[in-house]
Amino acid sequence: DAQHTSYNGGLGLYNRPFNESFEETPLLVAVLTYMGYGILTIFGYLRDFLRDWKIERCHIAREREEQRDFVPLYQDFENFYTRNLYMRIRDSWNRPICSVPGAKVDLVERVSHDYNWTFDYTGRVVGGVINMGSYNYLGFAENTGYCAEAAAEVTMKYGVGVASTRQEMGNLDRHEEMEALVAKFLGVESAIAFGMGFATNSMNIPALSGKGCLILSDELNHASLVLGARLSGSTIRVFKHNNMQSLEKMLRDAIVHGQPRTHRPWKKILILVEGIYSMEGSIVRLPEVIALKKRFGAYLYLDEAHSIGALGPAGRGVVDYFGLDPRDVDVMMGTFTKSFGAAGGYIGGRRELIDYLRVHSHSAVYATSMSPPVVEQIITSMKCIMGEDGTTLGRERVKRLAENTVYFRRKMTEMGFIIYGNSDSPVVPMMLYLPAKIGAFGREMLKRNIGVVVVGFPATPIIESRARFCISAAHTKDMLDTALCVISEVGDLLQVKYSRHRRLPSLDRAFDHSIYDEIQD
Amino acid sequence: MAWVEVPGQEKVLKPLLNTVIILGLIKCANFSPQAPAYHLILEGILILWIVRLLFSKTYKLQERSDLTEKEKEDLIEEWQPEPLVPPVSKDHPSMNYDIVSGPPSHNIVVNGKQCINFASFNFLGLLDNERVKQKALASLKKYGVGTCGPRGFYGTFDVHLELEDRLAKFMRTEEAIIYSYGFATIASAIPAYSKRGDIVFVDEAACFSIQKGLQASRSFIKYFKHNDMEDLERLLKEQEIEDQKNPRKARVTRRFVVVEGLYINTADVCPLPALVKLKYKYKVRIFLEESMSFGVLGEHGRGVTEHFGVNIDDIDLISANMENAVASIGGFCCGRSFVIDHQRLSGQGYCFSASLPPMLAAAAIEALNIMEEDPDIFSVLREKCEQVHKALQGTPGMKVLGESYAPALHLQLESSSGSRETDVRMLRRIVDYCLEKQIALTLARYLDKEERFLPPPSIRVVVTVEQTKEDIDRAASCIREAALSILK
Repeated sequence: DAQHTSYNGGLGLYNRPFNESFEETPLLVAVLTYMGYGILTIFGYLRDFLRDWKIERCHIAREREEQRDFVPLYQDFENFYTRNLYMRIRDSWNRPICSVPGAKVDLVERVSHDYNWTFDYTGRVVGGVINMGSYNYLGFAENTGYCAEAAAEVTMKYGVGVASTRQEMGNLDRHEEMEALVAKFLGVESAIAFGMGFATNSMNIPALSGKGCLILSDELNHASLVLGARLSGSTIRVFKHNNMQSLEKMLRDAIVHGQPRTHRPWKKILILVEGIYSMEGSIVRLPEVIALKKRFGAYLYLDEAHSIGALGPAGRGVVDYFGLDPRDVDVMMGTFTKSFGAAGGYIGGRRELIDYLRVHSHSAVYATSMSPPVVEQIITSMKCIMGEDGTTLGRERVKRLAENTVYFRRKMTEMGFIIYGNSDSPVVPMMLYLPAKIGAFGREMLKRNIGVVVVGFPATPIIESRARFCISAAHTKDMLDTALCVISEVGDLLQVKYSRHRRLPSLDRAFDHSIYDEIQD
Repeated sequence: MAWVEVPGQEKVLKPLLNTVIILGLIKCANFSPQAPAYHLILEGILILWIVRLLFSKTYKLQERSDLTEKEKEDLIEEWQPEPLVPPVSKDHPSMNYDIVSGPPSHNIVVNGKQCINFASFNFLGLLDNERVKQKALASLKKYGVGTCGPRGFYGTFDVHLELEDRLAKFMRTEEAIIYSYGFATIASAIPAYSKRGDIVFVDEAACFSIQKGLQASRSFIKYFKHNDMEDLERLLKEQEIEDQKNPRKARVTRRFVVVEGLYINTADVCPLPALVKLKYKYKVRIFLEESMSFGVLGEHGRGVTEHFGVNIDDIDLISANMENAVASIGGFCCGRSFVIDHQRLSGQGYCFSASLPPMLAAAAIEALNIMEEDPDIFSVLREKCEQVHKALQGTPGMKVLGESYAPALHLQLESSSGSRETDVRMLRRIVDYCLEKQIALTLARYLDKEERFLPPPSIRVVVTVEQTKEDIDRAASCIREAALSILK
């Protein structure tokens, strides 16, 4: 039975329908998947045996002769999965490209003559592959146009490197301008930017929370949030994914019982959630989280890596999508890599918070500041989204993304695939389950000139491998139709249309623009 | 299975109890008088055990005082969290950044004043190089700015592969791997190899990113005194004695030594040949952090291994950032394929983060080209370092910390006033005085509360190839004046 949750203002907190579905794995498929992994494991052991006895040629790199008697650097079983499962389908990942990662991309053709142990580049380029894998939500990955020209100007004027930290000699006037713009975009008092999105989390969570504090982290949080929480030294408790009852119970227990053993009250409680979870495609239940946070006095850290620019009528992220007040979120964090076509991360919030981070953040003291052309790209793309460059291009992009998302998701569900996540999220995970289908799907799609991302264990639970599509505003309806046609063809070939809830194909209605009219800007 | 309510039993025992009961019921269902004797005895025991468990004393495994709902609500009402961040005073020394308008090159405009740059780590003067800029521009026109994805998902560009190849060839190793952030390079590399239970010997003066890498790895960390090989040997001998007590554990405990080529905090060089001898004697692996020495030391700029003539294969992993001499952004690790390839799946900063923007990679390739074409640049840099080092000697009230060929020196107070705050304020006044006189310097910045061995406050003086003799003399005399007038 599908876990289909649909609130229609049921709790009075949501002003729009919240449709998320995570259809349960069909029993037969689950059994077959376990069997598949079992067979692969047996073959893995057989292969290792053959390699040990030199019957099969060994491609694995070996330790130096002089260091033979050192303690081995890797345990054999650590790499079992890598050697025997990952290697077989390794060609689905790390595909090199040689053009802009836009809606269509050029891949460097590579072949392997020894079952993926080494790759040879044929020198040819596979051109015009429809890119359903890059995080290019608003289509700002461009090498022409206003943004690229501004970045080019700044490259010639400022150069590419900075060679100093923010607190020393690396604070350029462009950085200050960008931070003011980010604060304006988010609707917060102040903002600070860092050179790497991953590092934004892993360096700033330790500055905000320490020993004696409690961190409540969602089950499926990103590795950077988990690392930041671990480095902070606080107690970490994990609540079930997007499950508000679990979160409320934990908050209640935490405040009532205090710290373990000593029962001293917690110094502070920090809730870590993400805007869109990139492996599930689900959107955080923000109105409920904020209601809980206010009731219990916890602080909210919202990681909008995938949702900034991609959700909301004005592209301002998940806060905008739900029509909430950005001042309710204590720490608004996000990255510039996905929707802005640049690199780096930011944190926005109240002035005291940002002042504190300017002084105490690890990145401001020890890490080189952002490169000037990247900063310029952020400024121009943000101004475009906000409409400050005098055009409506930004608005159009946001609208196009929303249209593309709804269309694509609807068509995929009609075709009979199991799609996870919220109906408004531009990240569309499609379930494959069986390990062999992971490699097959990736390769078959590439043969038909569509580039997709497939993910398996350990990024996902072992039986829930999936293909993940990232919709972009740069995708035209034709591209999406081509892609859908091909996906349907490959889906029939590989028999991945598992869904037991066939939806009747609805007549092609025009996108309902009134859906956004209720929300005040 | 909630129909068995045994009060006070923890969650762990409840399923066990339920399993036992179900097994018992199944057994009862199969009960027939024709069953052999042992069958009856077994079932009898099972029934007796169930009866015992049902009536046994319940053990409370966790102290839970039974609070009423009202009391819980009161506790929730009363709880006051600390503010999210403590307030920061307006005149905190790190609060107000110096603003640089325009490119941070040799002639830099700081807070509106045109100055000569003695503060950016632009050792080879490549920040302003026309060739580098042109290559970056060409790359921008081809690829745009961002990569929109991690390396695994269409974020690998041919430029990245080319840069990795070039770095490996330049350093004469088998393979290299690129990170998009200099700080994250060593901080992701160390936890990829060293896990809980392993032992890492690290120098006291190691930089902050190494400390964060060590913290993330959850290994045992043992600090040895800065550049003191005897202290390291003592620790290694102690470890050897420990190993003999438990040889089985010792066979699986990995050991590493983490050192820097040129230390950023003390500007001196690590004794690499002695370290390599210790490596083979005590079977430890060496991780070398070369951010400050890559592109600086050695005849061709290959770093401290070339400087000492050590075989590069003896070092297990060399990590460096490309933000100093190479004047780009990001970092890389190089070494043998056996070691480096592992990071492609377990380096957190590599797998879970977007890749380096291609224009920055192209700039790094061009910088490497320049370094390879013109190896004289390194001897020029060394000469300038000697000049600066000599010129700064004899500054009243201050001492110069660092080797004569280190391009990033520290100027410390000869005698501290006793409080770090006062020292920092005095040094800041010297820096301000120099800024007035159009020499851009900076205080070396640290996180006071987070550093393990906090270095004393100092002014950072950086030497670049673009500084002329006049610039150096002017800077030296300016610092001398400042020291005289402020540190009476």
